[in-house]
Amino acid sequence: MSNALHLDTSPTTGDEVIQNYTINFGPQHPAAHGVLRMVMELDGEIIERIDPHVGLLHRGTEKLIEHKTYLQALPYFDRLDYCSPLNMEHSYVLAIEKLLNLEVPLRGQYLRVLFAELSRICNHMLNIGSHVMDVGAMTPNLWVFELREDCLNFFERASGARMHMAWFRPGGVHQDVPLKLLTDIGDWVDTRLPELFGDAMSLVLDNRIFKQRNVDIALVSKDDAIAWGFSGPMIRAAGLPWDLRKSQPYDVYDRMDFDIPVGTNSDCYDRFVVRVKEVYESAKIIKQCLAEMPEGPVCSDDRKIAPPRRAEMKQSMEALIHHFKLYTEGFHVPAGEVYVATESPKGEFGVYLVSDGSNKPYRCKIRPTAFSHLQAMDFMSKGHMLPDATAILGAIDVVFGECDR
Amino acid sequence: MATVLHPAPKIASNEGVREALSKALGAAVVEAREEHGEISLRVERAGLEATLRTLRDEHSYQQLMEIAGADYPDRPERFEVVYMLLSLTKNHRIMVKVRTDEATPVPTATTLWPNAGWLEREVFDMYGVIFDGNTDLRRILTDYGFEGHPFRKDFPLTGYTELRYSQEQRRVVYEPVDLPQDLRQFDFMSPWEGADYVLPGDEKAAEKPAPPPVAQPKTTETPAQTGAGAKADEKAAEPVAASAPAGKKRARAADAPAPTEERPSRKPRAGKTAGTAAATKPKKSPATKPAKSAASEPKKAAAPRKRAAPKSPPKSRSTTPKDKA
Repeated sequence: MSNALHLDTSPTTGDEVIQNYTINFGPQHPAAHGVLRMVMELDGEIIERIDPHVGLLHRGTEKLIEHKTYLQALPYFDRLDYCSPLNMEHSYVLAIEKLLNLEVPLRGQYLRVLFAELSRICNHMLNIGSHVMDVGAMTPNLWVFELREDCLNFFERASGARMHMAWFRPGGVHQDVPLKLLTDIGDWVDTRLPELFGDAMSLVLDNRIFKQRNVDIALVSKDDAIAWGFSGPMIRAAGLPWDLRKSQPYDVYDRMDFDIPVGTNSDCYDRFVVRVKEVYESAKIIKQCLAEMPEGPVCSDDRKIAPPRRAEMKQSMEALIHHFKLYTEGFHVPAGEVYVATESPKGEFGVYLVSDGSNKPYRCKIRPTAFSHLQAMDFMSKGHMLPDATAILGAIDVVFGECDR
Repeated sequence: MATVLHPAPKIASNEGVREALSKALGAAVVEAREEHGEISLRVERAGLEATLRTLRDEHSYQQLMEIAGADYPDRPERFEVVYMLLSLTKNHRIMVKVRTDEATPVPTATTLWPNAGWLEREVFDMYGVIFDGNTDLRRILTDYGFEGHPFRKDFPLTGYTELRYSQEQRRVVYEPVDLPQDLRQFDFMSPWEGADYVLPGDEKAAEKPAPPPVAQPKTTETPAQTGAGAKADEKAAEPVAASAPAGKKRARAADAPAPTEERPSRKPRAGKTAGTAAATKPKKSPATKPAKSAASEPKKAAAPRKRAAPKSPPKSRSTTPKDKA
């Protein structure tokens, strides 16, 4: 806090002008969703200006990736948006596959879509829960965290890791999943998810306090949403049915039948409801994946890119050589550059990958979703009250692992 | 591009877009390429703002999704700034590139898109590219008071400063980087496939010109060509070095310490048995008789033991009951 209100300029002393004052919001603030420092200029309790300072979690991921082979760089993506790690990997593996023009077996694509949607639910559980907690409700957060825990357990059963899976690989996914896991996911989507999530949302969606805190907060027009580079639930809440899964389908999203929820009012409440509806749409996609998923390989059989199975290595000298070469030198990617963007739970997550033909990326620029949204924080919160800042921030769904890279 | 096999996002067709945009933008386009299904236009730096405005207003690329910097130090203008444009109505993406160097500013795009502000700040922070017209060109991702531009290719991965919490000063202190171990930079490129470095110990070979090609390559198709035969056998039978002389003690240096095994003060072994071999031998049982040659020795060793046992039990054991009594 830089300076408090001076006594001689207090509002009770006649005609004197009230001085604006600035406060620091964060970097250690529970509603900042990580390490965000916002320098706020306040007029009483009205926000005049916000200057967000980001970069407190900057780890130089893009520079590190330039010094790693393509496969070694993959786990860095888990650590960007640690709430939806698989969606981060998704853009990266698709960018590599685009440069290599590599075919992915159908089962691999289905598994990727299935788990991308599962991590979308996982991400929305965290965001929905923390958003309601930011505006004062405690119970729904604890309930939806149960669901998030279930998702993490599914990830653990598929990949062995709860959060940093590194399960999507160029050419498919790392390992096939057991049948029991798929049936368990099916049961979960049919019973536990709608029950528990429905209960939690019934406490929130029509709640008077929740609406008072969110309706008509941070209105953004369609034109502004486009100009500020919004994407994901932020642009959909503004009434634009823009979803990369639908408009620019990747993997098997073009086979999926799902709807795009859009908002009408473009306020924090709409953003929240769009996310709630998206959870049900994701559940629909998961069910379709489970119903349609074919048998077959889960990863490309191009041994110059995808490593052989371990059992194969014990039998075949060639497989052993391939394995050794892939895990030391790695594979070479033809020179060129691509920009691949996918629909992460938070919006458009893009990877601009430049290859010089060697085994390491020449440049890997990551397009974080939070950057555009957080930049509009000043414009969205102008004229609102100080406690609205937490609601606006909650509705942006910002994670600093991704924003600061 | 040939057939599309990859499952990456499918956008509207690129067909004719490159030609149409190059024609519409005219002389502003330096180079228009279409590779890997991506259209990239390299445009004149000076007219960048007008070009982007044309693309936004007349060709409906409404959104600026990203500005990426890239560093190519071997080019005369080393930096490349790449603008990713997205058309929501045409469902299409293009890249627009400009090149620049450390000193030449790039016109800002903040007049067209408000979100260009932070994106330009990031490129400035990471590469040091200056954006002319950006009123708020502060650093964004690096630390307060950071020096240098870390994503340049000549900036070391480890950086120049590191920080730690100092217990004495009770604050975070900045120090020059001091690595206890060099940064391990593994290079797994195959030396047979165009790795253009000299292997350690191979420096002289790299200097020498390649040997002239041999007119008749050496082969070993007949036994005579292998060099094997009586002559080779003789050579192989020769001892490499004289064998060590047997039974001769080496002279010890005067100041060498005495060997530990020959201490005169050391008492001889207390037990009656000369060796411990017998102790580990399985005891003779009537069921399994050992073989004749092996049986003769344990008998000798076992016989004195049986007699000795009642006569003289170990002293320490016999004294303790006496004291108590």
